[in-house]
Amino acid sequence: MSRKPYVREVSKTTWFLSQPRYKRYMAREVTCVFILIYTFLLICALGALAKGPDAFQAFLHALRGPLGVLFNLAALVATVYHSMSWFDVTPQAMPIQRGEEFVPGNVIVGAHYGAWAVVSLIILIWGI
Amino acid sequence: MSEERQIQLEVLRYNPETDSQPRYQTYTVPCVNEWVVLDALNYVKENLDPTLSYRWSCHMAVCGSCGYMINGEPKLGCKAFIHEYGDHIRVEPLANFPIERDLVTVVEDFIAKLASVKPYLIPKEDKPISAGEFRQTPAELKKYKQYTLCINCMLCYAACPQYGLVPEFLGPAAISMAHRYNQDSRDGGRDQRQEVVATDEGVWECSFVGACSEVCPKHVDPAGALQQVKVASTIDWYKEHLMPWVKK
Repeated sequence: MSRKPYVREVSKTTWFLSQPRYKRYMAREVTCVFILIYTFLLICALGALAKGPDAFQAFLHALRGPLGVLFNLAALVATVYHSMSWFDVTPQAMPIQRGEEFVPGNVIVGAHYGAWAVVSLIILIWGI
Repeated sequence: MSEERQIQLEVLRYNPETDSQPRYQTYTVPCVNEWVVLDALNYVKENLDPTLSYRWSCHMAVCGSCGYMINGEPKLGCKAFIHEYGDHIRVEPLANFPIERDLVTVVEDFIAKLASVKPYLIPKEDKPISAGEFRQTPAELKKYKQYTLCINCMLCYAACPQYGLVPEFLGPAAISMAHRYNQDSRDGGRDQRQEVVATDEGVWECSFVGACSEVCPKHVDPAGALQQVKVASTIDWYKEHLMPWVKK
């Protein structure tokens, strides 16, 4: 008897709609787009700074417009979601064994949040 | 007390001799709440339709044979309790695998991938039996113990969208098994396994969806293993390119 296996095709464009966990994954991945655009803006800022104080002020002024504020808010939300989704999986990627036992996952995640808070605080104080 | 109820068991059927594509068939199954989905399939096989084909063996989540898509989720038939579902349960063959017949899938691809990572101890150096056993501390055992629990049920492959899209992907269980032996203090075969694992179609095809770990019935956490393999492979790359004088 010859075999005739049946192959179920997976859609290359809509596969992630089939399960909630795939949608959550895509949401995490899509946040990268905001981080990409924000990085591009930072490079533009450096370019403006290199041109002189007037160009830099003009760049800052453009950012204060409604579109600039809206994008920054969206980028902030996306970045926070991106960071949190990665912090939550750090115990899987970087387990720490001390003696026989592994350090509990919430300690590793907590350390990341702690480091994030400290760095944010330093930047805020330094910025003000 | 056992409570009797009737469920509609909708099963994806495919007969390679007569069907050009799979079709659903629904059976009315009287069952008790303590039953698992595998019991319902066995009831169908014994009482309603002896032509139904499916794999199973141990009925206690050890053999890894009875993986099916149950209401769209990769599950072991012997661990999916009827009381966790409504009166309509849909059973399909594991996703991402070709269907051989009914709920039986073609698994040669997985078996070949598993063998390709050399899932056995490759001692660092030969030693005569008279030299005694390879000793290991409890901490060294704990380092990899979790990964030994894999039963090769392939639920992780059915959950992994990356494997569905890129069938060449080595996949969660095979790479986890490579990691299990790489982490073993008695093993010296990592370099050989890295030739298969640290490749585009190996661990780098993984984009950390994490679905494999969510569906794993033995809590092996394949997604975690794959990320650890990525970290170690990245360190290898930096050592090789930035510090070529340092031996791995």
